[in-house]
Amino acid sequence: MKKITITSFIFIFCLASFELFAAESSIPLDKAPVDIKDNASLQRGAESFVNYCLTCHGANFMRYNRHRDIGFTNEQILDKLVHTGQKVGDLMQSAMRKKEGEEWFGVVPPDLSVIARSRGADWLYSYLRAFYRDESTATGWNNLVFDRAAMPHVLYQLQGEQKLIVKTSDKGEQKTLSLDKPGKLTTAEFDKFVGDLVNYLVYLGEPHANSRIDLGIKVMIFLLVMLILAYALKREYWRDIH
Amino acid sequence: MSIYNSMIAWIDKRFPLTSNWKAHLSEYYAPKNFNFWYYFGSLALLVLVNQIITGIFLTMNYKPDASLAFSSVEYIMRDVEYGWLIRYMHSTGASMFFIVVYLHMFRGMMYGSYRKPRELLWLVGMGIFFILMSLAFTGYILPWGQMSYWGAQVIVSMFGAIPVIGETLQQWLLGDFTLSDAALNRFFAYHVVTLPGLLIVLVFVHILALHETGSNNPDGIEIKANKNPKTGIPVDGIPFHPYYSVKDIVGVVVFLIVFCGIIFFAPEMGGYFLEYNNFVPANTLQTPDHIAPVWYFTPYYSMLRAVTVNFLGIDAKLWGVILMAGSVVIFCFLPWLDRSPVKSIRYKGPYFKTALTLFVISFFVLGWLGTKSPTPMYTLLAQIFTVVYFAFFILMPWYSKIDKVKPEPKRLVKE
Repeated sequence: MKKITITSFIFIFCLASFELFAAESSIPLDKAPVDIKDNASLQRGAESFVNYCLTCHGANFMRYNRHRDIGFTNEQILDKLVHTGQKVGDLMQSAMRKKEGEEWFGVVPPDLSVIARSRGADWLYSYLRAFYRDESTATGWNNLVFDRAAMPHVLYQLQGEQKLIVKTSDKGEQKTLSLDKPGKLTTAEFDKFVGDLVNYLVYLGEPHANSRIDLGIKVMIFLLVMLILAYALKREYWRDIH
Repeated sequence: MSIYNSMIAWIDKRFPLTSNWKAHLSEYYAPKNFNFWYYFGSLALLVLVNQIITGIFLTMNYKPDASLAFSSVEYIMRDVEYGWLIRYMHSTGASMFFIVVYLHMFRGMMYGSYRKPRELLWLVGMGIFFILMSLAFTGYILPWGQMSYWGAQVIVSMFGAIPVIGETLQQWLLGDFTLSDAALNRFFAYHVVTLPGLLIVLVFVHILALHETGSNNPDGIEIKANKNPKTGIPVDGIPFHPYYSVKDIVGVVVFLIVFCGIIFFAPEMGGYFLEYNNFVPANTLQTPDHIAPVWYFTPYYSMLRAVTVNFLGIDAKLWGVILMAGSVVIFCFLPWLDRSPVKSIRYKGPYFKTALTLFVISFFVLGWLGTKSPTPMYTLLAQIFTVVYFAFFILMPWYSKIDKVKPEPKRLVKE
């Protein structure tokens, strides 16, 4: 009987902490400041993405001229985003070849078009801020969110270098990071920089999201009017059924 | 008007238009006490039409090729005009199809709609359910994401567990030694031609069988037993059209509010309708940490994983396959397992009500467990609820017979 009680207790507890797809690490994730209606943030994120990510990663499903969604003109797109002589209607392909990626990092850097949809914004936001110095890895960097990530800390000039601090208490090991050598940006500035970048990645994952929601509101209003009419029609017909 | 009438007369001489209109709509008499649970038949038909139409448009841009499939789906999502809408309508439609069909089946279980004389109607419905599951499986492979690929691996390896012929059967199904482009191509063919064709035929037969026996109702009594002696029309029946056609329109609009709510505001439905891992292209060398099928398959997936030891000389894996197949096939026997003198839950006794409640709980718990990585505790729970699930069916001849039933009314009861 006791066992059943314990079982049901654990069961209820698990139901309460319902989580469908936990990330691979148990480090609590920070909430990403996502607002895909904030064009200024998306534009900053787009420029950072092109400058820092697109060298190795591609966004092969995304066309440059799609960025008119976030307030750029074709000229601005060519000026600010296209650095490799491509046309404005081209796909955002990486400058690096697959084979080179494999040689340099041991793995081809993944395409980032839908990365925010598979990883989630909070994971990306935490991951990009969680690199620390670790001389035991091939790149000299490790990551608190994604242990032994193949990617080096691309943004270290901005963030600076963090080091890992492990505290052992009766609750077990607690890992935190502290800034060892400061970078060009303050912590708040860097968080904002990564926030814009992640916001852009969310937009990149589903460029139509804003128009989807706008259309959805119109459809809902239409359906609510339809509901009133349909219900009135039904009542009229059913009046004589007893 | 006379032109219209003469046109109809012209057609009627060559095709039974008016007689069919009458037989299936304007003079098909349905019980007048249909409640909430009776919307889901017509809604299933609506979702079927949605899947076929959106499916046709998806086919225009989708490429059934292992190296192109994933990017062609993203192409639809980004570069095809309203492609995102078509794709979300199709992906949400798949999940809604199962919600609607599960509620439709549960209605049948509550009100005894599978009982004589509707056994064949129920069996045809089960055939529809099997095809729907095959459609969902073959369709889920098509985006060729990580979950498409590894979910399909799990299902396909089930065939490999069948003794003697298993491995050959598996290769025959895949057209290769592993899940690859060859399999993607043939699953595409099944998904867009074979299975929808069969589904449409069976839905047609389902409706014909329904209109032969007449609809059951929440009281579980036959309205045909009580006809007006002059007209020969059931006293408690009303013509389907216009009464239920206008009523079903209300149901359709309410359904569309939910359906569009998901499409426009939560198309991934928190990872249930579109799994996060399926936004990663299939990688044949990297097994995901956690493979979970889409929600509508998770109860069966739990039962597949529930058996962990070999017993009765049968391999644990094969037991899993037997249980999984059995958990679906066993529905077919319901008309003969139920020995209660009454059909509807309204007049059935506490045993049946308890059994049905436990069955529903076990279905949900197994479904929830199917989304989780197995731990010893979860496996134990899956085992317990698998037993509860099967007990509902296997013990039914016993508990439905000794149950204390209430007398059925002679006429439909006013609510």
